[in-house]
Amino acid sequence: MHLTQPSAPLLDIAAIRTEFPILQRMVHGNKPLVYLDNAATTQKPTVVIDSISEFYRQHNANAHRAGHVLGAEVTSMYERAREVVAESIGARADEVVFTRGTTESLNLLATSIGARLGPRLAEGNIVLTEMEHHANIVPWQMLRERSGVEIRVIPLTDDGALDMGRASQLIDASTLVVSCVQVSNTLGTENDVSTLCQWAHAVGAISIVDAAQSVSSMAIDVQQIGCDALVFSGHKVYGPMGIGCAFIRRELLSDLPPYQGGGSMITNVSFDKTTYADGPMRFEAGTPNIEGAVGLCTALQWRNALDLRDVQSYKKMLTDELVAGLRLRSGVHVHGAHHGHSGIVSFSIDGVHPQDVGIMLDTHGVAVRTGHHCTMPLMKRIAPQGTVRVSAAVYTSHDEIAQFFHALDRVMKVLL
Amino acid sequence: MSTTKTIAEATYEIASMLEALPDWEERFSAIMSMGKGLAPYPEEFRRDDFLIKGCQAQVWLFPRLVDGRIHFEADSDALIVKGLVAIVVQIMQDRTPQEILAAPKDIPEQLGLAQHLSQNRASGLSSMLKQIRLYAVALSMRTPS
Repeated sequence: MHLTQPSAPLLDIAAIRTEFPILQRMVHGNKPLVYLDNAATTQKPTVVIDSISEFYRQHNANAHRAGHVLGAEVTSMYERAREVVAESIGARADEVVFTRGTTESLNLLATSIGARLGPRLAEGNIVLTEMEHHANIVPWQMLRERSGVEIRVIPLTDDGALDMGRASQLIDASTLVVSCVQVSNTLGTENDVSTLCQWAHAVGAISIVDAAQSVSSMAIDVQQIGCDALVFSGHKVYGPMGIGCAFIRRELLSDLPPYQGGGSMITNVSFDKTTYADGPMRFEAGTPNIEGAVGLCTALQWRNALDLRDVQSYKKMLTDELVAGLRLRSGVHVHGAHHGHSGIVSFSIDGVHPQDVGIMLDTHGVAVRTGHHCTMPLMKRIAPQGTVRVSAAVYTSHDEIAQFFHALDRVMKVLL
Repeated sequence: MSTTKTIAEATYEIASMLEALPDWEERFSAIMSMGKGLAPYPEEFRRDDFLIKGCQAQVWLFPRLVDGRIHFEADSDALIVKGLVAIVVQIMQDRTPQEILAAPKDIPEQLGLAQHLSQNRASGLSSMLKQIRLYAVALSMRTPS
């Protein structure tokens, strides 16, 4: 990350936009695309797209196997990607496991931690929060089916924050795992994950942070957070789909049994006995998504070259603009009151189904997400029909926010 | 009751009406108007067993066999989806199970909606048509072929 003088200009959004070819697209004939579905996936800058294309044009081979020149290049590119991930989150390279994304990372953790805890599960509990994505609920429920472990849920306050008072009661001497999202994909709330990790450690529990929504704009330091594991997806941080990571602290990683079996994750295989590889490779059975790792590496380098404080101030500005504009319109309700710099704002309109809003906004070229956002337990509480979610990224312009509101006014006229 | 238009004719008629409109905002407005034309849905059938799975909005579809033909009642809590189910019902209304089962599978494409409903899966057009075919299969057991 380069240093910026206090007087340095803020981000040049117009210049950043030129790096994302898709932002030039017209949709529905002649309407400029206004992409406000960044919490679902971010767009990719040219450097990332080119790195993937370059990988196949110049380097393609399998990693960790071949003795030829391409194999050596690819192995070093893949391991370089691991180092860049590690540097980006304050970890060591041998603590970074490549996965398909946040979902696979959480399945890996639930499965391997579950296997490690074994009989202790029947007497213990796992603490989650009411705002978790299904990816951080279902794998633990599957573990509960296998083991009988209790799942406890930290509730939200009415304004969409975690009820930390309840959290301090729910995490107790029988707690084995605390797994919590850093920034809610539905409400944009930023949680105090570092306090939750401290509480987890105080009772000897493993702490896991889902950083899927935070990694694109927050500086993440696993030492500062104090978590045992942290997971995210490449595609939400300007990288390709199908690649993500799990940071697993060294002591925990070396203690966990493998997740899947296959090639690469072994040191010796015979039909009598197989020994598993040490380090992250133990969790990377089969040919990995090497092009994905290369693309993610480039994406993180691209992100790291931005001043993340500037990114956060800019996204805070966009978020405030969205919240204020929505609150101005009668009949519109913004969910939650702790959006911070997430760029994520969920809302409902009295008497209007969110899906109608989404489809009609799309006719104006405005892309948003509607529905339950893979957080059904949260939706059941705040908006059973689902919500409309707008989510901005670093390349979102003020002009696009204005276009969104212009379209929203027309849509409300048609629908009300 | 008899239907004068074939399924193909009814589909073509709606497709032409939609195509003649200048843009998608107008088309969806027209679709929503068609939803408003649906007969009120009988409250006693607003039950989970008449909900169609695979839609983001709630869609109720209730069939009954009248003189060997299937008559549908339908509703949705979302306006566009209600319009879509109205279109499907208009095309399929009061036909024999055999007619429904012989209908082309690409009605969403013929209507020009498949490509444009980016939320095709969520909007449930194909789920509605699939459910109608399932009802036709079930009800065909009760009619002489």
